[in-house]
Amino acid sequence: MKKIKSVNELVKFKEIVLEKIKERQYGGKTTIVVRMGTCGIAAGARDVMMAMIDEMDKRNISGVIITQAGCAGICDHEPMLEVIKPGNPQVIYGDLDEEKVRRIVVDHVINGQVVEDWVLGQKAS
Amino acid sequence: MRCYRAHVLVCAGSACVTLGCHPVKEAILEGIKRHRLEEEIKVVETGCMGFCEQGPLIVVYPEGVMYCRVQAEDAAVIVSEHLLKGRVVERLLYRDTDTNKPIPFMKDQPSLSKQIKVAMRNAGFINPEDIEEYIANEGYFALAKVLSGMSPEAVINEIKDSGLRGRGGAGFLTGSKWEFTNKAQGAQKYVVCNGDEGVPGVFMDRSILEGDPHSVIEAMAIAGYAIGADQGYVYVRAEYPLAVEKLRHAINQAREYGFLGYNILGTGFSFELNIRVGAGAFVCGEETALLASIEGRRGTPKPRPPFPANKGLWGAPTLINNVETLASIPPIILKGSDWYASMGTEKSKGTKVFALTGRIKRPGLIEVPMGMPLREIIYDIGGGVLNNKKLKAVLAGGPVGGFIPADYLDVSMDYESVAELGTLIGSGSLSVIDEDTCVVDLVKFFMEFSCEESCGKCTPCREGLKRMLEILTRVTEGKGQERDIEDLERLSDFIKNTALCGLGQAAPSPVLSMLRYFRPEFEAHIRDKHCPASVCAALLDSPCQSA
Ligand SMILES: Cc1cc2nc3c(=O)[nH]c(=O)nc-3n(C[C@H](O)[C@H](O)[C@H](O)COP(=O)(O)O)c2cc1C
Repeated sequence: MKKIKSVNELVKFKEIVLEKIKERQYGGKTTIVVRMGTCGIAAGARDVMMAMIDEMDKRNISGVIITQAGCAGICDHEPMLEVIKPGNPQVIYGDLDEEKVRRIVVDHVINGQVVEDWVLGQKAS
Repeated sequence: MRCYRAHVLVCAGSACVTLGCHPVKEAILEGIKRHRLEEEIKVVETGCMGFCEQGPLIVVYPEGVMYCRVQAEDAAVIVSEHLLKGRVVERLLYRDTDTNKPIPFMKDQPSLSKQIKVAMRNAGFINPEDIEEYIANEGYFALAKVLSGMSPEAVINEIKDSGLRGRGGAGFLTGSKWEFTNKAQGAQKYVVCNGDEGVPGVFMDRSILEGDPHSVIEAMAIAGYAIGADQGYVYVRAEYPLAVEKLRHAINQAREYGFLGYNILGTGFSFELNIRVGAGAFVCGEETALLASIEGRRGTPKPRPPFPANKGLWGAPTLINNVETLASIPPIILKGSDWYASMGTEKSKGTKVFALTGRIKRPGLIEVPMGMPLREIIYDIGGGVLNNKKLKAVLAGGPVGGFIPADYLDVSMDYESVAELGTLIGSGSLSVIDEDTCVVDLVKFFMEFSCEESCGKCTPCREGLKRMLEILTRVTEGKGQERDIEDLERLSDFIKNTALCGLGQAAPSPVLSMLRYFRPEFEAHIRDKHCPASVCAALLDSPCQSA
């Protein structure tokens, strides 16, 4: 690490390192819930999760919480995930794979466009 | 920077280390490896989270789920259930002491709802060994603000206006102390942090040094700028090896990143910091003894004046502040004195950390606005008395403090109100005593402590406390005499007024407090040879009567 030599450098550096603790801060963030029941994992939820993290990394997205939940009872449509944007209905996607999840990250998480084709349902939040 | 979907925070404060948090951490890492989750989940060691009695403690983010008393065997379940499948492991959750209902989220902990964390804002939340996590949470921004646009006078005024008072015990206005040291004449000046923390039963300074060492380093640099010092010392007791280790690491990191050393942030201000490890005598927490100890001499107090602000380390003007006092400085600079002064009472501003110990359901460290009624602290935050016993008193100020009896539980916890009851906020020790405790026996125990810690330099403390201990011992053995009360009062008065330093001056306090609030209990020991709490063995009539 080279020395931080000015106040401006410190301000810039903070923006970079903020990533380190953002998962621990609450409130007002987009949350993605990946279904990780036995059914989900068997259907490939882990690969979906990894692809999603990879895509977020690549695009340097911050302020998004990734979490998981158990089986939703529609095992047939696993892998599934939900995107919850503050103030918007909760969108449930199903029958996902690595390619699809990458597009969800770009279209929905970043640009706010719901990818209608793979939506299983929407819930008022 | 890598994005992790979950962070597992392992509390590695001293209590959790003792309870075995490291094997737990290892087991979690192993589980993560087994399930190939290394790329998604980060494990972070933090400082004390303040729930020491529930340790080893683990918090899983982003949800903020808190697991208690986690053993290495439990780690596999946490990984396979929570980290892999997102299912909370219910049996490891904290349970409400009254309803037995599990409380999954850290933020919903009943003990946290009334707390405001200022000095402890980062402890248990960031990794103390990673300066970048400190920076991410506004770390070193206060120093940057001070160096880039505030005059030393402006800094001092900000601290003065905040109303912050020394948290090391005496409660002296921090801003005024900074001002005196700033005005003192001297080419060389020093900033000293008092991390001796000698009062048994308090551990907030250790917790801050272990969990958030950078907050103290940042504050000392700010203080250095304000008073015109380019050197500082942190004095920590040798019994705090983990605190010393974290602090040393943090100082090295701060140097590496340019927050210590020459020309900090390109502003022309330079500041260096060193650690001095003390051998852990209570009296070495007293400021003049502490300075002697740093200079390499025997740690005994000197009469004041001269105060360290004028003649301190090696005769140079020296600012001495307590760890908790210092840790409160950066938020005051960043958020402003108005914000800090909006908490607390007229004369006692801001927040104070208290260590809840003794017969209490939820012991640990808490930080609350000053002026909170003691009842709220004990019952709403601390959960009440263990085993639902009757509360007899709360001991404030440790072995040199005094009692707040059950009848006075509504006292506002500020410097003035507590002093009116004959005791002190001190460094923030609150120890709950229930009906099974004999105050005479307890006070005798405290007197043993003070006798042992007396440095022997002045006669009133060295000899007087011993005489008091002899009387107290006699009374607990059923050999008390009528005149003992009077003798204790006379001795107390004498020692309080003539002892050289705060140790001797405060040591009689528990005795006086006992005579003020529990005189009948003391008299019963003398007149009836009876110990109402059935503690003093020599006074037990027969096993069945005392059952
Ligand atoms: C016997 C004795 C022990 C003390 N121990 C401590 C201590 O462990 N830590 C501390 O900060 N102050 C301790 N003090 C108070 C210090 O002398 C001094 O007032 C304090 O460090 C000043 O810092 P503050 O203004 O930030 O509270 C002690 C005082 C006495 C008389």
